[in-house]
Amino acid sequence: MKVIGKPYPKVDAGPKVTGAAVYADDLNLPRTLHCKILRSPHPHARILSIDTSKAQRIPGVKAVVTGRDLPIRYGILPVSQDERALEFEKVRYVGDPVAAVAATEEEIAAAACDAIEVEYEVLEPVMSITEALKPPKDERIHASRAPLNIHRLLSYEFGDMEAGWARAEHVREDVFFYQGNTHLPMEQHSATAQYVDGKLTLWSSTQVVHYVHRALAKVLELPMHRIRVIGATHGGGFGGKTDPFAHEIVVAKLAMLTGRPVKCTLTREEVFYAHRGRHPVLMHVKTGVDGEGRITAMHFRSALDGGGYGSYGVASTFYTGVLQTVTYNIPAYKFEGCRLFTNKAPCGPKRGHGTPQPRFALELHLDKIAAEIGLDPVELKRRNFVKPFSRTVNWLRVTSCGLEECTNRVLEASGYAQRRRTRGRGMGFAVSTYMSGAGTAIYWNDMPHSEVQIKVDRGGVTVYCGAMDIGQGSDQVLAHVVAEELGVEPSDVRLVTADTDTTPIDLGSYSSRVTFMAGNAAVEAARKMRALLVEAVAEKMEVHGDLSEIEVGDGRIGDFTVSEAFELAEAKFGALSTAGSYKPPRIGGPFKGSGVGPSPAYSYSAAVVEVDVDERTGIVTPLHVWIAHDIGRAINPMLVEGQVEGSVYMALGEALMEEQEYRKGRHKWPSMLEYKSPTFLEMPPIESFLVETDDPEGPYGAKEAGQGPLLPIMPALNAAVHDALGVWIDEVPVTPEKVLKALESGRFGPKAFPEVPWPEEPIRVEPPAPDDLRVGPEFEAAFGVSGAH
Amino acid sequence: MNALDRRSRAVYAQTQFDMLNELDRQVDRRVVTLDVNGEPHQVLVPVHRTLLEVLREDLALTGTKHGCELGECGTCTVLVDGEPALSCLLLPVQVEGAAITTVEGIAAGSELTPLQKAFAELGAAQCGYCTPGMLLSAQALLERQPDPSEAEIREALAGNLCRCTGYLKIIEAVRLTAHRRQAR
Repeated sequence: MKVIGKPYPKVDAGPKVTGAAVYADDLNLPRTLHCKILRSPHPHARILSIDTSKAQRIPGVKAVVTGRDLPIRYGILPVSQDERALEFEKVRYVGDPVAAVAATEEEIAAAACDAIEVEYEVLEPVMSITEALKPPKDERIHASRAPLNIHRLLSYEFGDMEAGWARAEHVREDVFFYQGNTHLPMEQHSATAQYVDGKLTLWSSTQVVHYVHRALAKVLELPMHRIRVIGATHGGGFGGKTDPFAHEIVVAKLAMLTGRPVKCTLTREEVFYAHRGRHPVLMHVKTGVDGEGRITAMHFRSALDGGGYGSYGVASTFYTGVLQTVTYNIPAYKFEGCRLFTNKAPCGPKRGHGTPQPRFALELHLDKIAAEIGLDPVELKRRNFVKPFSRTVNWLRVTSCGLEECTNRVLEASGYAQRRRTRGRGMGFAVSTYMSGAGTAIYWNDMPHSEVQIKVDRGGVTVYCGAMDIGQGSDQVLAHVVAEELGVEPSDVRLVTADTDTTPIDLGSYSSRVTFMAGNAAVEAARKMRALLVEAVAEKMEVHGDLSEIEVGDGRIGDFTVSEAFELAEAKFGALSTAGSYKPPRIGGPFKGSGVGPSPAYSYSAAVVEVDVDERTGIVTPLHVWIAHDIGRAINPMLVEGQVEGSVYMALGEALMEEQEYRKGRHKWPSMLEYKSPTFLEMPPIESFLVETDDPEGPYGAKEAGQGPLLPIMPALNAAVHDALGVWIDEVPVTPEKVLKALESGRFGPKAFPEVPWPEEPIRVEPPAPDDLRVGPEFEAAFGVSGAH
Repeated sequence: MNALDRRSRAVYAQTQFDMLNELDRQVDRRVVTLDVNGEPHQVLVPVHRTLLEVLREDLALTGTKHGCELGECGTCTVLVDGEPALSCLLLPVQVEGAAITTVEGIAAGSELTPLQKAFAELGAAQCGYCTPGMLLSAQALLERQPDPSEAEIREALAGNLCRCTGYLKIIEAVRLTAHRRQAR
C-alpha cells in the first residue's frame, strides 16, 4: 500500500498552526446579536412565574425568550425526550436554562438576564445515589416509570447462573466507586444561527451535526430541508458535545425572531453545567472461579448517578454491563444496572462511555481474586481472555482480538515480571476492550450509518462526508483512504465535511465510529471511482480483460498521470461522481435491549503503569506508562499514537485528580483552576505499541483508537498503588487523602452497594453457540429478528 | 415549612437594571493605540475591555483563543515585548507602546516558521484550539533558551493546558525545532 500505514501530517494542520482555522466563536457575521442564557440558581425548584418585561425594556435588547416559546421536549435518545431548551415548569440542576436574551452587545444581554424575574418554589434536592434510592422529601425529579428517583432499571441473565456458581471453587464479592468527571474541552461550546428567507443555518461546535439537525427540526417544528447545520472547526469534544444543547436551539429561535444572526458562546462555568460527562457509578461485582482461576459465573451490579436529565444515560447504563464478556470468557453472566436522577448537571458520554467504571471495577476485582487464590494477576486474566472469532454469552461477536499480543508487549517492555519490589514503588497491569462504533444508530432505522461521495474532475479530487473532525483526524482518514485508492497524495484531496446541506449523512464523532464506518464508506466510494478511472485508462492503453495490471499509485494510473486519467475518465463518462456507504450488520441477539453493545469490531488494549507513592503525603506520581493497543491496522500511525497518548493523559487525569463534585447542591469547582487536570509537569513518559490484527471488517483492517486506550489506565494505576503499598483504593480518583486513609485500614472504598428494587424476574437469555459468527441477513433469518433493533 | 418561606425571588432585578443604565453613562471609553504584529491599530474601547476581546472582536485577530477568560488555561497567550502574557488578564491601556505578537504575526508571509512546521509534522495540534497559545509560549522559550532541556520545556509550557495530545508530541515538536536550529 502506498499511503495506508504511513504517517502523514493532518490535512488541517496548516490552518491550525497559523490561527487561520475558524472555530465556532471565531465566526462573526455582520449584524450578529449576542445571546446570554439565564440559568437556575437552584438545584431543584418549581418555576412559579417568569417576568421578562424589565429585560425587554433595556435598550439594545432585541428579543427575550422563555420555555413557553420552545415548549417541545427533546433529548439525544428517543427513549429520553425529557429536556427543554428553556424550562418553564421546573428546574433540575444549578445551571438549568430558564430564559435567553439576544442583544446588540454581550454585556447588555447579560444585564437583561439579570433583569428577568423568576419566582421559584424551592424543592429539596437529591444529590447522591443513596438519596435517589429513598422516597423523595418533596417530589420526584422526573415522573419516570420506575419508582423513587430511578430513571431506568435493567436486569439480564445470560446462561445458567446456578450451574456457574455450582462449578465455582472460589467466590469473591467487591464494591467499587468511580467518581464523575468532565470532558473539559479547551473550547467552550459556541453556536451561531442565521435565518434568511425561511431557511435556518446553524454553525456549531458539535460532534454530531446530524443529531443537532434532527433536534432543531423537532423543537422548532421546521422540516429538515429548511435547516442546515455546519460543524465549525472543532475545539475538542471527548463526548461533551454529542448531545443537542439548549444554546443551539435558543440561538436558532432568536435568529428566527429577530431576523439577525445570533451567537451564543458558553462561559467556562456554563461548560461545567452543560457537562454530559462521566457518570459517578457505584458497583458490586461477584465472581466465581474454578480451581484453575477460570471464571464460572459473574454477577455485576451498577448504580449510576445520572444528574438531572436522561441524555445518553440509558445507553450509558447498558455500557456499564455489556463489554465485560468481550474481554473475558464468562460462561454465565448476570447484569443489573440502575440509573438514578439527581439534581446535578446531566451526565452522558465521556471518552469510553459507561465502560471505564466497570473496567476499573472488573480489573481490580480480578486482581483481588488472583491474590486470594495465590495466582499471578496477569496469569489469571490470561487464562480468561476471550478468544478471537467467537461469540460471547450475551451474543456479542468478537472478531480480531490482540489481547495476548498487547499483554506480551507491555509486559516485556516494562519488565513487569522482573520488577524490583521496593516499598513506595509499584507496577500495575490491566487490559480492556472498546467498540469500533455502535452497531445500532441512536434512532432505529435501516439506513447507512455513514455515507461518502467523491467528485473527480479536471480540478482534482473532492470528498464529501458528514463526519465531524473533532481533532482526532477523521478528515485525514477520509483523505488517506481516498488517496490510497486513487493514487494521489492525501494532501491533494480536498474535503467538504460536516455540513448537512452539502454532505451525505454520517452519524457523527462518537462511539469511536468514524474511522471504521466513514472509512468503509470512503473505501467503497473510492473503489468505484478507481474502477471508472482504470477503465478509461485501459481503453486508452488498449488493455482488455484483466485490468489489474494497471497500477494505481504515486500520482499515476497505468501509463498516465492521475490528472490525465481524470480527464480521460471525464471525457468518457461525463461528470464523475461515486458514492459509498456503510451500515454495520445486525449482530445483537434475539432479546430486548440487545442493541447496545454490538459493534462490528472491538479494539483491545493492555497497559502497565508504574508509580511512586509517598507514604507520608499520600501523593501518587505516575513514573511511566507502557500501553499496547490493538488497532487492527493503523491507517495513519502518527494519528493513532496521538489518540493513544491523549487517552492515557485523560485517563491519568481521571485516575488521580479530576472530579465533578458538588456541595450544597452546587458544583464545587466550576473553573479550570480548581477543577484540576494534568499539566505538562504531571505527564509521565508513555511508550505506546500499536498491535495490528487486521480486522476482516475494518477499512484495510482498521479498528478504533480514540477511546479504548483510556480504559486500562485507571485500574493499572490502582493496582500499581497496591503493588507499592499493599493497600487497595477501590475508588477513582486516587487522591492523597484516600491513600493515607487506606494506609490506616488497608483499604479505601465504598462499604456496601445500596438496596435497589431490581425487577423480580430478569430478562433471561439463552446464550448462542460460542462459534456462531453469523451476522446480518443470515443471522436475522436464523433467529427471526429484524434489521432495525 | 410553609409555602411562603419556600419561595425565593430574584430581588436583584431592579437594582441590576438601574446599574446598567448607570454603567452606560459612566463607561469610560478611550482611544488606544496598539502595536500588533508590527502594525499600528487605533481603537476606541471601553477601558474594561480585555486585550483578548480587543484582539478578537475589534481587530478580528481570531487566531488568539479563549478557554476560561480567568487566566487559568493559557489558551489566550500572546507575546508582549517577546514575553508570553495572558491576553484575557490584560487591558489594552496596559500594553500601549508594547510590541504585541499574536499567532497571525509569527510567520513571515505564507511560509510557516520552523516551530509551526514541527507542530504540523508531528501531530502536536489535534483539535488545535490550544495551539496558538502553545506556539507563542514555545517561541518565547526558544528565543530565551535555544536548546532547552525537556524539563525546561515542560516548565515553560506548564501554564498552557491541552486536553487532546497528552503534551508529549508538543514537547517533541519544541525539541525538534531546537535540534534543527542547532544543526543549521
